[in-house]
Amino acid sequence: MNDMRIVERDVETNDVKIAAKDVQVHYGDTHAIKDVSVDIEDKTVTAFIGPSGCGKSTFLRCINRMNDTIDVCRVTGDIRIDDQDIYDPKVDPVQLRAKVGMVFQKPNPFPKSIYDNVAYGPRIHGLAKNKSDLDDIVERSLRRGAIWEEVKDRLHAPGTGLSGGQQQRLCIARAVATEPEVLLMDEPCSALDPIATAQVEELIDELRENYSVVIVTHSMQQAARVSQKTAFFHLGNLVEYGETGQIFTNPTDPRTESYITGRIG
Amino acid sequence: MSLSWLILVVLAIAAMGYVMGRARALKSAGGDSRALHSLPVYYGTNVAMWAIVPAFAVLLVWLLAQPIFVNSRVLASLSDITVADGSSMGLVMSDVRRVADGLDVAVQQGAMTVDAARTLTTEDTDIRELLGGVGVALGSSVSPDVLRGAQTYRQLTGIGSVVMTALVLIIALGGAAFAYARSDADFRARNVVEKGILVLLVSAASIAVLTTIGILFALLFNTIEFFRLYPAADFFFGTKWAPSFSGRGGASDLGVLPLLWGTFYISFIALLVAVPVGLFSAIYLSEYASPRVRSIAKPLIEILAGIPTIVYGLFALLTVGPILVSMFGKDTLGWMSGGTAVMTAGLVMGIMLIPFVSSLSDDIINAVPQAMRDGSYGLGATQSETIRQVILPAALPGIVGAILLAASRAIGETMIVVLGAGAAARLSLNPFEAMTTITAKIVSQLTGDADFASPEALVAFALGMTLFVLTLGLNIFALYIVRKYREQYD
Ligand SMILES: Nc1ncnc2c1ncn2[C@@H]1O[C@H](COP(=O)(O)OP(=O)(O)OP(=O)(O)O)[C@@H](O)[C@H]1O
Ligand SMILES: [Mg+2]
Repeated sequence: MNDMRIVERDVETNDVKIAAKDVQVHYGDTHAIKDVSVDIEDKTVTAFIGPSGCGKSTFLRCINRMNDTIDVCRVTGDIRIDDQDIYDPKVDPVQLRAKVGMVFQKPNPFPKSIYDNVAYGPRIHGLAKNKSDLDDIVERSLRRGAIWEEVKDRLHAPGTGLSGGQQQRLCIARAVATEPEVLLMDEPCSALDPIATAQVEELIDELRENYSVVIVTHSMQQAARVSQKTAFFHLGNLVEYGETGQIFTNPTDPRTESYITGRIG
Repeated sequence: MSLSWLILVVLAIAAMGYVMGRARALKSAGGDSRALHSLPVYYGTNVAMWAIVPAFAVLLVWLLAQPIFVNSRVLASLSDITVADGSSMGLVMSDVRRVADGLDVAVQQGAMTVDAARTLTTEDTDIRELLGGVGVALGSSVSPDVLRGAQTYRQLTGIGSVVMTALVLIIALGGAAFAYARSDADFRARNVVEKGILVLLVSAASIAVLTTIGILFALLFNTIEFFRLYPAADFFFGTKWAPSFSGRGGASDLGVLPLLWGTFYISFIALLVAVPVGLFSAIYLSEYASPRVRSIAKPLIEILAGIPTIVYGLFALLTVGPILVSMFGKDTLGWMSGGTAVMTAGLVMGIMLIPFVSSLSDDIINAVPQAMRDGSYGLGATQSETIRQVILPAALPGIVGAILLAASRAIGETMIVVLGAGAAARLSLNPFEAMTTITAKIVSQLTGDADFASPEALVAFALGMTLFVLTLGLNIFALYIVRKYREQYD
């Protein structure tokens, strides 16, 4: 990783947005997340890195309770967003997910038109006052998802007819359309070319001004480029968490060092 | 040699060919199966295939062609005789066949020798009595012509079966020998067997297709025959259904509209019951129910599909009808005069269709990928919003298919209608009146003493054809819908 550009980072600390404590996740008998505690800051991009199958997606899905939809999945421990326990029975997971948006590892556009895909969230949550308002939201979201130029002439074509990378950007646009406070992105650039990747990274940087972004990535360069904080997972454990610059230049754990230098993974 | 023996012998030749072909191929490779082009089994199978397939093909064709050929020859030999009034050449031929069969039985039981059967004449033997003695009863005494025909018939059939047996055996042996001779290391037995399998599959498919075409043609010819006797316009646009069996010809009104109306009305009510109930229960089972509830409820619903329709008919007649009468009958609202009514049959048919709709829709809803649900939940949608806006649209083509399938079942359903809807053909809007459907009338036109030359019986084929066209139209419509949405979403 010699070519890594570690950019100047603002080291001022922000408020804690998501506080996870002693989180355990079981899929039936599989212990997928072991004792993970992490404080994710507001107005910050946090990168989750780690070898395949280490539980990055699983932990990400805990933050907006998407694991509720998996029958065999059990989550214990304490996760707070804005100091509110999200697994409290009083919390409505539907409300929570409107606040905590997610871009999935595999693109999953709805079998609807591109327009309707993006307008889905705003419609459900009543974010648009009228049709032209909704048009504006859709256009803005598609622009932020770096796909507007490609689809502006076929907004009413099916979203499933796009290429894999276009679908992924459509899903990003769909997620930002609901204006979430936290955006969880599971490998959002895995199917994107360098140009689209750069655009999405730009978007992430832009989102950071108002939101907290968590991004799972297998690209060290990407983690180094976009994130201020990095968490390294290994076999369900959170091995190391800290300033991105510090993790990449001066990791404390030998496992982190071997992973980022490419010796395990 | 009888047919079953012939088949067994051919199979034995094939089995022997299998073993020998396999051995020869192995030997040609010096016992090392790796030096063969194909696995040893393929060489054996190839020889067996060559023994069986051509032989059986010839056998089949021969069995189909021989009676036609023999019939025409016997007919030609009888062409000089005059046919009595009220009889026909067809009846004479069936007499000939009965006598020939009777002689076969007599020879088999030892009541006469083979030679005697060949030389028998009507002058010195009472054939009727003779055949009566061996258990073959004839309607009238046998005329000399018929006996002569029967003897020709037996003679030709006898020659035919000898030639056939010889030919089939020669072909089986020849085929086996041909394939055996080719079984050496370089022969691509595997590819030939692959082709053989292809032929097998293609012929299975063509049997299905050809049968459909055959049924269609049978319907078509009889329908055309019917329209020759009864004006098509009266059939299609007649509003009165009143067949008469006693006064043959002219007196019948055979308008299809009341039956068509009954069919649609009852099916409509059935779908009105089955579609919402079936669809909602499918949604509950696939999206809301816990695995435990699902594992109990799904089989329970599917039991409904296993109940024979005659039981539903009884249920309509004995339970639903009386209940409806007590609710809407003379004593209360006065809408309903008897237990059999469109409503009765429609409700019960709807219950019958619930499992079709629910089980198919359930499978289709389950086939919608989980990622789609995740996407919707991830945007903060509730469960019912997700179902309405994502899952149902994605599953729509399949659900429409399920509903149309249920509709064709409803249109074709007979027993429930016969027992639940009554027998009166009527054009009325009141769902509490008795009406009847196309299927029920096909049954009633053909049961009892039907004369298949009269329009009253032939109308059944025209009705059948109408049903066929209706369901075909439904299916095409279903395909159209499915394709339309496919284009949009795939
Ligand atoms: N739905 C599930 N049912 C059972 N086990 C699961 C399920 N999803 C994930 N797991 C298991 O949990 C562990 C962590 O999986 P997870 O998807 O979180 O990995 P990941 O870090 O995201 O990997 P990748 O980088 O390949 O996406 C794996 O061992 C996996 O087998
Ligand atoms: Mg993952």
